[in-house]
Amino acid sequence: MIEVKDLTVHYYREKEAIPALRQVNINIGTGDIYTFIGPSGCGKSTFLYVLSGILKDYEGSVRIDGRPVDPKSQRIGLILQNYGLLPWKNVYANTMLGLKIKNDQKFLDDHCHTLLKQLGIDHLLDRYPKELSGGQQQRVAIARAFMLKPDLLLMDEPFSALDAITREELQEVFLNLWKENNVTTVFITHSVDEALYLGSKIVVFSPSPGRILDVLDNPCFQMENLRSSEKYYDMSMRIRKILNKG
Amino acid sequence: MLSNRFWRGATYGLLLVIIIWQALAWLLKIPIIPPPLAVLTNLIEIFADKMGLHLLYSLGRIIAGISIAILIGVPTGLLMGYFERIDKVLSPLVYFTYPIPKIALLPIIMLLFGLGEGSKLIMIVLIVIFQIIITSRDAVKAIPQDIFRSLQSLGAGRLQMFTEIIIPASLADVLTATRLALGTAVSILFFTETFGTEYGMGYFIMDAWMRVNYLDMYGGIVILSLMGFVLFTVIDITEKRVSAWR
Repeated sequence: MIEVKDLTVHYYREKEAIPALRQVNINIGTGDIYTFIGPSGCGKSTFLYVLSGILKDYEGSVRIDGRPVDPKSQRIGLILQNYGLLPWKNVYANTMLGLKIKNDQKFLDDHCHTLLKQLGIDHLLDRYPKELSGGQQQRVAIARAFMLKPDLLLMDEPFSALDAITREELQEVFLNLWKENNVTTVFITHSVDEALYLGSKIVVFSPSPGRILDVLDNPCFQMENLRSSEKYYDMSMRIRKILNKG
Repeated sequence: MLSNRFWRGATYGLLLVIIIWQALAWLLKIPIIPPPLAVLTNLIEIFADKMGLHLLYSLGRIIAGISIAILIGVPTGLLMGYFERIDKVLSPLVYFTYPIPKIALLPIIMLLFGLGEGSKLIMIVLIVIFQIIITSRDAVKAIPQDIFRSLQSLGAGRLQMFTEIIIPASLADVLTATRLALGTAVSILFFTETFGTEYGMGYFIMDAWMRVNYLDMYGGIVILSLMGFVLFTVIDITEKRVSAWR
């Protein structure tokens, strides 16, 4: 369970405080997947940095399972738009990184091998990131996050740099993994389609400074042939309307 | 290892130098430019019992000088790159002392540390350490913030930031700085070996010159360049190894 109460974040430019998030309140249940959508620059990423413990300078309270955010004791998987892989480590070392830092294990166990296979990167272990396509790099980042068996999975527009075909492929791969592992997930996107496909609930953000405009139940989540259904169309119109009103 | 093309290039380069040298020797016919073959035959004769020891001395001074400069310079530079506060204090100091011609300090160093090995090493370290500090610092500053973020969210500590990110990311740049430092170090070495010692290639060459033994003198120069070539090649090979990911 993630509880965010009255979260306000400012960033400072030449001593002037510029609000990035204002009075954000939301509770995310354990094992849920929420997609956050909003215009660019609305503070979605800032929200994620607070949850991941990277940004510590904020007002309000943020609790994960009743405790304040602490990346040292909590297991947080972070997947970024530009993958966040270490270019000097090969795929094997990159996927092991989380486990190495958490000091869990020195070798890949069955869980890890299954993950690598499911993600289709088990034959790429000795490659360096620069030798991989964008889609493959993001698969490595996903493997690294899931190997941690995280309490919380944070994704910051992870698929937006990929081409349309690769993106839909990866959305599907990711959703399958998510169903198996049932991790509490915050998924940030600027695509209405992605928000509908991946979120059990959809949180709509206002333009900067970011506030939550609405939290919608998503009836389209886990629906067969989602993109050709009427509900999909209705929901996407609804979201667009909220976004346009700002 | 280095490619065949590198070695073929090196051979052509060497041939070119020998041809020009031979041509000059033929054209000018003066004792100060002996033909290459005469120098080579002489070199083979004197190397083992007359020159070898001098080479060892020089090699020892270079390796010791560069190693001390790296051991002090690299950690200083990395800390300056990572911690803003250290950088703010040390950078002005570095900029202030970098442009001082260190040769001007030679009399002071000779007075303080005598004519022996100490002042020779101090001269080498003083001159090359600045390039190493500045390159290491800038290498750290050039690491994208995103790379740190994924490790922060995993709860990595300061030490892990250094071992997982800062050191591997800056290693290739540090080697480039070492290569630059090496060229400088060899020329300083020659200079410092012209006083207060009876060993070293610098002494050997100057001594041969004083004795008007041009064959020995050229032999010394050839060995000095050969030493530079070998050292540079070793760094090149190491660089290829550690920056395979680039």
